[in-house]
Amino acid sequence: MYVAVKGGEKAIANAHRWMADRRRGERDQRELEVSQIQQQLGLAVDRVMAEASLYDPELAALALKQASGDTVEAVFLLRAYRTTLPRLAETLPVDTGAMRIERRISATFKDVPGGQVLGPTYDYTHRLLDFMLLAGEEAETTTAAPQGAEEGLEACPQILDCLNHEGLIEQEQDDGSEPYDITRDPPDFPVDRATRLQMLARGDEGYLLALGYSTQRGYGRNHPFAGEIRQGAVEVEIEVEGFDEPVCVGEIAMSECQMINQFAGSGDTAPQFTRGYGLAFGRNERKTMAMALVDRALRAEELGEPIQSPAQQAEFVLAHADSVEASGFVSHLKLPHYVDFQSELELIRRLRREHAERTAATAEAVSDTQGAGTRPAPGEGDSTRSEKAQTANAQAKNVQENVR
Amino acid sequence: MTPTMTPTQRHRLLALTPFDRLAQGWQSLGIQASHRCVRGPETGMAMVRGRMGGSGSAFNLGEMTLTRASVALDDGTLGHGWVRGRDKAHAELIAVVDACAHHDHWARRIDSELMAPLEQELDVQRQQASHTAAATRVDFFTMVRGE
Repeated sequence: MYVAVKGGEKAIANAHRWMADRRRGERDQRELEVSQIQQQLGLAVDRVMAEASLYDPELAALALKQASGDTVEAVFLLRAYRTTLPRLAETLPVDTGAMRIERRISATFKDVPGGQVLGPTYDYTHRLLDFMLLAGEEAETTTAAPQGAEEGLEACPQILDCLNHEGLIEQEQDDGSEPYDITRDPPDFPVDRATRLQMLARGDEGYLLALGYSTQRGYGRNHPFAGEIRQGAVEVEIEVEGFDEPVCVGEIAMSECQMINQFAGSGDTAPQFTRGYGLAFGRNERKTMAMALVDRALRAEELGEPIQSPAQQAEFVLAHADSVEASGFVSHLKLPHYVDFQSELELIRRLRREHAERTAATAEAVSDTQGAGTRPAPGEGDSTRSEKAQTANAQAKNVQENVR
Repeated sequence: MTPTMTPTQRHRLLALTPFDRLAQGWQSLGIQASHRCVRGPETGMAMVRGRMGGSGSAFNLGEMTLTRASVALDDGTLGHGWVRGRDKAHAELIAVVDACAHHDHWARRIDSELMAPLEQELDVQRQQASHTAAATRVDFFTMVRGE
């Protein structure tokens, strides 16, 4: 419960001024440019775009600059900006099979059409700090342009589609339905898979990573394999007036993860591999892997698996995945709760007073009768106390509502 | 000679070409066609959709910024431009080129003198990117055990 509190304008203005000064840092350092963030902190930019649910690298870089590099704050800024824009179109579903591949690997099939393409990755690095970067000198490997092969890449079709002749892996079917959109209507649990994927796609990476990890450690175990991970650029098409066919309006960078998981089968279904899916804006490989694990865990009900672990509980997982909502509700605890707390203080004082009186009375009774059967029956005191607490709570609530 | 490209094919190239390059190419083409904006240019968003597992039912992934413009040439010919991002000049120029390409005599020049080189440049860039990616392709070799 909040009450309007006036005052503090000057303090707030000065606090913001100080914040801006902190953000700028020492003036003998050059100011960080948004384009530098966009170019040189690209993975932070991509994470902000994915979790803000808005693809615009320049604005994501601006948000990071404005937030002094605080990812959650930057996501909040970009999400807020998003509400100022009208919706002009829905794109056709992107064809990730036609992605211009930068990276494409499979942990399940060694020899795949198009091959295993590592792309720009931190995998296989030794995780030793590079002191050349600290000295402001770029190591030879970072200044040199990337090596080119003599031949270009061959076509890289979706592995799970082309290597499933035996039908051992569940195939995705397009039922042609119009997907639910949580930006138009709030999610109404239980929600379908399209809604879950939309919510996971904007979910906080750390949160999804922890939940995905929990499934691997045995909380809702589903034996995952990374069937295919791909990154690259995808052309985006929309249907617009004045054109007979869908038109391409540009390209966006995307990451995708196809997880395949064991499934023992059920009464109706023969044992086969099932699938979990992760898709995100930008280069967000870890996010898509975590998303795929959690997507699969949330299919427990559909696949008739026992729901026993946190990652399998859709409402719990999805209602807490959004960092804007989560940080908003946690942060609101910083707002003045003076009246709220005052009523709690009064309640506690009264309960303590009554407790002291009761203790004193009991001690007196015990010393008077020497335990001759006049002690209150077990639990009687407790129930009186809880009744009183309920009355006091109800009163406190009335006070709150009056203030509201 | 008839125009070689459809409006959709042109639009794709115009949207994939950076604005500076497009503006320079359009200027050197020297087509003089005054126009007025009939809608926009305005920036909004498109909801980007994906498919479950890459090939299943559609779902809403998240939005992207998108700018659109519609123009009318002096003779009333309409043209439309849509481009990812917030570049209003880019959307407007795409609409102008689209409008002009409705006239066959301009369309032939646009296709041969603007679109063809832009397409070639895009191909070269994509080839280079493909070669860079191919350099990170893993060549497995099998260890032979025993004789």
